[in-house]
Amino acid sequence: MTDERRATTTLKRLSAATYLKEGALKYLFLLCAFVAVMGVALIFVFVGVRGWPVFTDVGAGDFLFGGLWHPGEGAFGILPFITGSLVVMAGALVLGAPLAVGAAVFLSEIAPPRVRAVVRPAIELLAGVPSVVYGFFGLMILRPVVADLTGGLGFGPLTAWLILAIMIVPTIATLTEDALGSIHPGIREASYAMGATTWQTIYKVLLPAAKIGIIDAIILGMGRAIGETMAVLMVVGNAAVFFQGVDMPISTLTSQIVMDMPYATDLHRTALFGMAIILFLFSMGLVGTVRLLSRFNERVR
Amino acid sequence: MDKRLSNAIALGFLWVAGITTVVVLAAVIIYVLVNGIGQMTPEFIFTRPHGVNAEGGIGPTIVSTVYVTALAMLIVTPVAILAAVYLAEYAVQGRLVRIIRFAADTLASVPSIVMGLFGLALFVEALGFDFSMLSAALALGFLMLPIVMRTTEEAIRAVPKYIRWGSYGLGASKWQTVSRTVLPAAMPRILTGIILATGRAVGETAVVIYTMGQAINVPITPMDSGRPMTVHLYLLAMEGINLPAAYGTALLLMAMILFFNLTARWLLRRSRRIR
Repeated sequence: MTDERRATTTLKRLSAATYLKEGALKYLFLLCAFVAVMGVALIFVFVGVRGWPVFTDVGAGDFLFGGLWHPGEGAFGILPFITGSLVVMAGALVLGAPLAVGAAVFLSEIAPPRVRAVVRPAIELLAGVPSVVYGFFGLMILRPVVADLTGGLGFGPLTAWLILAIMIVPTIATLTEDALGSIHPGIREASYAMGATTWQTIYKVLLPAAKIGIIDAIILGMGRAIGETMAVLMVVGNAAVFFQGVDMPISTLTSQIVMDMPYATDLHRTALFGMAIILFLFSMGLVGTVRLLSRFNERVR
Repeated sequence: MDKRLSNAIALGFLWVAGITTVVVLAAVIIYVLVNGIGQMTPEFIFTRPHGVNAEGGIGPTIVSTVYVTALAMLIVTPVAILAAVYLAEYAVQGRLVRIIRFAADTLASVPSIVMGLFGLALFVEALGFDFSMLSAALALGFLMLPIVMRTTEEAIRAVPKYIRWGSYGLGASKWQTVSRTVLPAAMPRILTGIILATGRAVGETAVVIYTMGQAINVPITPMDSGRPMTVHLYLLAMEGINLPAAYGTALLLMAMILFFNLTARWLLRRSRRIR
C-alpha cells in the first residue's frame, strides 16, 4: 500500500467517524425534543390511569352531570365545580380581556416611548408574580373591599374575578401586542392618509387585521383562568354548591382538588384525578383550537 | 359624534388600560413591601419556624425553594437546549415537528394542579421517590421545559446566517458549527429564558405541594422532603395566625422574582448593546 493510498483511507475513516458522530448527535437532539411529547403522554397515562375508574365506578353521566358532591355518602357529581370554573373564567375574561387588549393597543399604538418603557416591563412582571402572592393580596385587600360592597364575607366569584382579571392580563396583552406588531405598517399609513383618526385606525383597521391573533390570545387567557389554582382557592370560598350570586362562595375544579386532596382516599381520590383529566383535556383542547386557528389563518393569507 | 371627540375619549380609555397595569403592579409590590419590611431581620431569614403558630424564621423554606429550583434547572437546561437545537437547526418542517410543537404548547398550558397530581402519581408513588426535592424538581422540570425550549429556539433563530456560513466555510461540521459558534452567540438570550423559567419555578405552589410535601425540613440530599416558601405562605395565609410571617415570606418571594426578572432584562439589554 502506498503512502498516498494509506492517507486517503485514514481520511475516509476519519470522516466516516465524524459522519457517525454527527448522525448520532442528531438523534440525541431529536430524543431531547421528544421529551416534551413524552411529558404529555406520561401525564395522560398517569393521571388517566388514576382517574379513569371514576368513569366506570360512578358512571360518566353521574360524575360529569351530577349536581351533588358528598364524597362521604358516595355522591360524586362535579357539575357544580365545572360550572364554577366556567363562571369564574367567564367573569375574569369579561373584566380582563378588554383591559389586556386595551393595554396592548396602548403599548403598540399610542404610548410615548418613555411611558412604554415603564408599562411593558410592568406587564412582564405581572406575569412573574407568584399566584399564591396574588391570592394573598386578594385575600387581604380585595376580599374586605368586596365584603363591604356586598355585605357578605367577600369570599366568592366577584373577588376571584377581580384577581383573575389581573392575572390573565399579561398572557393576553403580550400576544395581542405581537399580533398588532406583525401588521404591515403600510396599512396604518394608508388609514392615516385617508384622514382617519388614531381611534378610527385602531378599531376599523388594526383590530380587524389582528383579529385571529387577538382571539388566540384570549383563548390562551381562558386556559390560564381555568387552570389557575392557588389564587382562586384562596378567595373563592370553596363551597361545593352551584353559582348563587357574585358574593356567595362556590368552588372550582382546581380549588376543590386542593381542598380535598389532604384527606381523600379510594374513590374520592380517584374522582379528584378524574377532575384533573377534565382540566387537562380542556386546556389541551384550547391549545389545539389555537393551532387550528393559526393554520386556518395561514391558509387564508 | 365628532370624530375628534370620539378619538379623544377612546384614547383616554386606552391610556387608563395601560396605566392600570402599572398601578396594580405597584399596589401589589408596595403592599407587600410596607407590610413585610419589618420582618426582614437575619433571625427571620435564617432561623427555623417554631411553636404552634410558626413563630421564628423561615430559613428551611428558603433553602427548600432554592434547592428544588436549582435542581430543576440543572435537570431541564441540557434537555431543553438540545431540544431547541434540534427544532431550530436540524428539524425538517413536517408532521414530527408539528407534534413536538403541539406537545410543547400543551405542556406550557397544563394547569399547575394537574402537573402536581401527575408528579404525585408518577414520581412520588409509581417511581417511589417519595415526597422529595427530586420528585418536585422533575415535575417542575416539565413545567420549565417548554419555556426554555421556546426562548432558546428563538435565540438560535436570531443568530445571523452568515455566522454559520463562515463556520461551514472553514470546514467545520454541523455540530462544531452549532456548539462553537451558534450557541455561544445565542447564549445571552438563552440565559434570559432559563432565568425567566427559574422565576416561574420559584413562584409555583400547586406543583410542589404534592411532590415535595409540607414538612419543615432543611433538605440535604435530593431525596429529602421540605416545604417551599410558596406553600409556607399559603398555609400561613389560610390559617391566619401569623400574618407578619406571611407578609415577610411574600416580600422575600417577590424580591426573588424581581431579582430574576431584572437580571434577565439586564442580560438582554447588554447582549443587544454588544451587537
